[in-house]
Amino acid sequence: MNMEVRDADRSEDLLAQVCTALATNTPVLIQGGGTKSFYGRATSGALLDTRAHRGIVSYDPTELVVTARAGTPLSELEAVLDQSGQMLAFEPPYFGEGATVGGMVAAGLSGPRRPWVGSVRDFVLGCRVITGHGKHLRFGGEVMKNVAGYDVSRLMAGSLGCLGLLTEVSFKVLPKPRSSLTLRLEMDVDTALVRFAEWGQQPLPITAACHDGEGLMLRLEGGEGSVKAAREHLGGEEASAAFWMALREQKLDFFSTPAPLWRVSVANDSRPRLPKGAQLIDWGGAQRWLKTDAPAATVRAAAAAAGGHACCFTPGAAESPLHPLPEVLMRYHRRLKEQLDPQGIFNPVRMYDGL
Amino acid sequence: MNILYNEEIDGPLSKVDRADLFAELRQAIPDLLILHREEDLRPYECDGLAAYRTMPLLAVLPERVEQVESILRICHARRVPVVARGAGTGLSGGALPLAQGVLLVMARFNRILELNPKGRYARVQPGVRNLAISQAAAPYELYYAPDPSSQIACSIGGNVAENAGGVHCLKYGLTVHNVMKIEVLTMEGERITLGADALDAPGFDLLALFTGSEGMLGIVTEVTVKLLPKPRVARVLMASFDSVEAAGKAVADIIGAGIIPGGLEMMDKLAIQAAEDFIHAGYPVEAEAILLCELDGVELDVAEDIERVRAVLDEAGATAVSLARDEAERALFWAGRKNAFPAVGRMSPDYYCMDGTIPRRHLPKVLRGTAELSEKYGLRVANVFHAGDGNMHPLILFDANEPGALERAEELGGKILELCVAVGGTITGEHGVGREKINQMCVQFNVDELSFFHAVKAAFDEHALLNPGKNIPTLRRCAENGAMRVHQGNMPFPELERF
Repeated sequence: MNMEVRDADRSEDLLAQVCTALATNTPVLIQGGGTKSFYGRATSGALLDTRAHRGIVSYDPTELVVTARAGTPLSELEAVLDQSGQMLAFEPPYFGEGATVGGMVAAGLSGPRRPWVGSVRDFVLGCRVITGHGKHLRFGGEVMKNVAGYDVSRLMAGSLGCLGLLTEVSFKVLPKPRSSLTLRLEMDVDTALVRFAEWGQQPLPITAACHDGEGLMLRLEGGEGSVKAAREHLGGEEASAAFWMALREQKLDFFSTPAPLWRVSVANDSRPRLPKGAQLIDWGGAQRWLKTDAPAATVRAAAAAAGGHACCFTPGAAESPLHPLPEVLMRYHRRLKEQLDPQGIFNPVRMYDGL
Repeated sequence: MNILYNEEIDGPLSKVDRADLFAELRQAIPDLLILHREEDLRPYECDGLAAYRTMPLLAVLPERVEQVESILRICHARRVPVVARGAGTGLSGGALPLAQGVLLVMARFNRILELNPKGRYARVQPGVRNLAISQAAAPYELYYAPDPSSQIACSIGGNVAENAGGVHCLKYGLTVHNVMKIEVLTMEGERITLGADALDAPGFDLLALFTGSEGMLGIVTEVTVKLLPKPRVARVLMASFDSVEAAGKAVADIIGAGIIPGGLEMMDKLAIQAAEDFIHAGYPVEAEAILLCELDGVELDVAEDIERVRAVLDEAGATAVSLARDEAERALFWAGRKNAFPAVGRMSPDYYCMDGTIPRRHLPKVLRGTAELSEKYGLRVANVFHAGDGNMHPLILFDANEPGALERAEELGGKILELCVAVGGTITGEHGVGREKINQMCVQFNVDELSFFHAVKAAFDEHALLNPGKNIPTLRRCAENGAMRVHQGNMPFPELERF
């Protein structure tokens, strides 16, 4: 692999494209590998492909910080971290080979480890962004603690490219755990939910907990000693760690059934009364994957009653894939969009109609 | 340049008649506690940055959200600036009042509303003290992780406003990583909920945006924080080094070995001597630097990590390594570090604490630069350092009674912050910009970046009534004080590489 040849700083090109879009008032549709183009509302605009702007800008394992250009393949970034025994701790889903760093941050999705270590935005330290005023700016940085100015970098995480074009992101990275073990415990859903609450109050080295309808899958990670002790304490049978990758990438059989797929995010101690449909419980109870033909409003009312929200992952199955916002909050969203992208050129309506 | 609000460069403020405003507030909210007499307002004229003082127009001490809502609506209609204040422990003047503004004191919102051990969260009012949350959670073996040194007094609302840190940030995160949900009142008096009881919320991540926004975007009226299980054990190692460089390298080696300590602190010789004189913690006063490395978690892992870290420290050239034998000695090792500020305070009539953060690899360069500046300005500097996350707290020693000394200390502090920015760091890691570092913001950000910040502000506070003059400087201010020199090709410390 000859990275020197392929890696390139194409931020000038990207800036020129944005400036053209501004000059001609033409919306752009920002895209990396397009692996998450199903996510959010359909949007139109001139395709702005970030993939030529790629490469790792800096990485020092002893600083626990890496900076990569938006078009860098996520697989490449993770491979480089892996060589130094480090990782993106939030386990971002790829949903396809071409996933890029920029798309991963813009989508803001995190994998099975999220409740124990944090989400994408928790690990974002800084970014460079091309703005709706045609400027290429830098926010945050490559340090863990930084409270100068507003936290624009974390605002960008999960914003679906609606507030500007990310060109570069700095992340906090973590060492891979020395020891990792996957367990399967036979227990029903109700028992599992009770256990999640009990275990959550103890310093156990759990870093993933998913009930697949049949049994409970647990992952223990940490030092050899604590993993071994927890394994003895919890019981169960050793199982394949491949489960977590399949869960993250939605490759489990559960995901292949035909009904629309909903991601229901709820309070971890809630008992949401979700409509009829197959359910997969991840994040120790806080994230429910639901297969249902029930109307969006029904799913959302149940999610909201459990302190959360619901988002539809099947294109076309819900008019607004993302959970609609209360009116006042939506107004502030529109105001923020108008301030940062006054001509409305970045991924219009991708997140919500009118944004 | 005088740090107090200057309408010519910080923006005009509307002229408000104190008696009129008082009458309107009194009529609209009959049971609101309003302070207006000089002797009542005096305690509120400054926060933890006591060198700067301004008497507010009025101070209001509401105890219900409806009262705050009315206050904001009235102030919005009259275009009266509002400065929010929690416990007033902030070190950057973020709660410094305005002579033409209302000081909104949130201290009476001091109730813990809900503590849920099963869900591992606590829902509290903004005036609740940081430590009080952990104390309330203690019976369940849970705690709230961020622990700023002022945790005994500082309030959670202020922690959210400043994105407060502490000594355990590298492993457990800042306030932004430990807050799940906030209830906010905008300047227009509208209620919004940011975040959720779930792990995420739809829409833009305004919770992250508001955390650390220094009271510029809205008023926090309720906070839901995450509670963590208490680590079973914590052990601390102390290592001595004959150079700061060697200690810095040891920090990189520990992290490079895949170990994330619960706390990792460095002190230089002057700080060691000050702390030892004060606390008698058993610090090696002849050492050029010491490292305190705390390992916490499950017993077996901690035992493994102690051996690993010990080996790394030996390899890195530590001249001595000792493990605190018991809880009492652990507390003693930490007591020296935690009392470093007052200890330095004993050596000098006054001191000025800085808060820059740098990529750790530039530590030797920045410490050398600091030593040169210290000599140039004729002021001693003691260095205390959250080594794990690169957050430096140089303490500049001076005597305010000596004419011009405060100004010299401030100028030296400003230079140290510029040095931090030059190596790719930041002017503030955890204390906030407030009023104190408003001029250095012009060094860290260019005109377009500052304009972007102003645009963010305008989305939530169109008339710039919330905490004007803090956090983000006006472009006029940057032009006036000449700090824009960095962007005019005439950079300080031209020998340093920049990125």
